[in-house]
Amino acid sequence: MSLELTQSLARFFIGGTVVSFFAVLAEMFRPKSFAGLFGAAPSIALATLGLTISSHGARYAATEARSMILGAIAFLCYAAATSWLLWHYKVRTLTATLSLIPIWFGVSFALWLTVR
Amino acid sequence: MVRRFVRTLAYGPVAAMLVGARFSAIKGIKPHEWIIRFFFGGAVCVAAGLIAQHYGPIVGGLFLAFPAIFPAGASLVETHEKQHKARAGYDGTNRGRTVAAIDAYGAAMGCIALGAFALVFWIWLPRTSPWIVFPLATFVWLTVAVGLWLLRKRLFHKPRRPSRSAGTRGRE
Repeated sequence: MSLELTQSLARFFIGGTVVSFFAVLAEMFRPKSFAGLFGAAPSIALATLGLTISSHGARYAATEARSMILGAIAFLCYAAATSWLLWHYKVRTLTATLSLIPIWFGVSFALWLTVR
Repeated sequence: MVRRFVRTLAYGPVAAMLVGARFSAIKGIKPHEWIIRFFFGGAVCVAAGLIAQHYGPIVGGLFLAFPAIFPAGASLVETHEKQHKARAGYDGTNRGRTVAAIDAYGAAMGCIALGAFALVFWIWLPRTSPWIVFPLATFVWLTVAVGLWLLRKRLFHKPRRPSRSAGTRGRE
């Protein structure tokens, strides 16, 4: 098995486990505004940054973390827009969350173009 | 504002009173819901790695904050709330949507903590051992997230005053 495939499999299983763990925390806690904090938990970062450090080094991972700040700002805009849409219009949650994903792409790439 | 944030953190025990954990909620998660979360989580981690490999760490890093599990999580929150109301004999469509909106509001607050987590990694990782940076960044994420939630509670959540009639009755 090639090294690349082994790394991808490791990412898949570690990522799936960490994301599921935070999803369970979000399910358990009440009130929902508190549980929502876990919806934006650093699950992907926790799952992948360790593997990135071991394969590419700390500086490479730090560069990824810098970009992650921009991704987090885009996530903030996306989550705020989702909340607003669900408060003000009678739309299904899955429809709202999926249709607003372009906000994340738009904001994150606009920020990336600004700071690069 | 900073002073108020720090003072709010000092009210940690208050958070314990305000927040509750229902372990029985884990039993309510169906097998296909576990699979969806596991599969999406794993797939996004692989995708983030592949994107970083092809386009470099700057573009790849953006995807470390991709809302991978959020759409599935929020829609499951809505479904569970609807089912909960249906068991009590009510139509929980509106309630389900409202709870999902509150969940998204919480996630928006969590994004600020997510940014703080990334900031710690960016600043400390080139200088310090990852064994120190990982717990430190996680601690900062949790502190900022809970602190912001408590701050919002203190700023915008006004305690209910007893109604005038109840007050009069009390005096009588």
